[in-house]
Amino acid sequence: MTHQVFFEDVHAGDEIPQLRKNCSTQQLVQWAAASGDFYQIHYDRDFAQATGLKGLIVHGALKNAFLGQLLHDWIGEGGQIRRFGCSYRGMDEPGQDILCRGVVTKTYTLDGRHYVDLDIWTEKPDGKRTSPGTATVTLPGRA
Amino acid sequence: MAQAAPSVITDEMRALVGVDGPPVTLEVEKTNCRMFARAVGHTDLIFYDEDAARARGYRSIVAPPGFLGTPVFRPGVAAQGPPGAGRGYSVPYRRVLNGGTEYEYFPESDTICAGDTITAVSRISGFEETEGSLGPMLITTRETTYTNQRGKVVAKMRGTMIQY
Repeated sequence: MTHQVFFEDVHAGDEIPQLRKNCSTQQLVQWAAASGDFYQIHYDRDFAQATGLKGLIVHGALKNAFLGQLLHDWIGEGGQIRRFGCSYRGMDEPGQDILCRGVVTKTYTLDGRHYVDLDIWTEKPDGKRTSPGTATVTLPGRA
Repeated sequence: MAQAAPSVITDEMRALVGVDGPPVTLEVEKTNCRMFARAVGHTDLIFYDEDAARARGYRSIVAPPGFLGTPVFRPGVAAQGPPGAGRGYSVPYRRVLNGGTEYEYFPESDTICAGDTITAVSRISGFEETEGSLGPMLITTRETTYTNQRGKVVAKMRGTMIQY
């Protein structure tokens, strides 16, 4: 695992390390099997086009899970994910970069626990945010 | 200002708000945790290797963020599907979009690990109607509570469904 980030080192406005994804169609099939979402618009191009889409699209829930990985990898062994999620606002295609990002919006301590709120999202290469969301994690203190 | 479309929310639907649906059983298995983690691209071994997970203090392989178990499938029986789906009412819209999902975890209560059996109970939190670029829409929000075999609430999921 990466080094541990501590609560005292995190401030509102900080951006956390980005996570870059680029789904192959094979990955979308892996996700279909793992999640139980077998809707054909994610792996059958003819089916997707028959519904009016340009082609295959990435599952919204997979992008949400990417944001889960973004948080998990950042908080390290000593952190905990308390809450995360996103809205599915735009479509992403396989073979195109999906950049997962997060910015700290608030830090606070309650009942001895150190909380960090974040805005999280996925964005396309042109910067358009396709899955905006929020998260709350807890981090260990240095003390 | 255009005349608002007539409401599609019936008294029958309103009566379902806040009422628990039937419990759904979900199993958390090692292989499913690994498959989920691999599909996402996780690199932390706690999602793949039991020894690595135990060395970090977990009971077994950890369920990756967003994985809450797999519904039990039986041939000939309708899939249990997403908990709370299709709850005995119909609306005059044909198209459905998944609007978004939020997961809440309770690590002080327990962490979801391989070997767990989860009971999921879903309820409709509310209905809302809006007029969007796609026309009139019904937005349904649901909350599902996940309780493990030790009786601990380990997660809640809030989902938004858009029908138009």
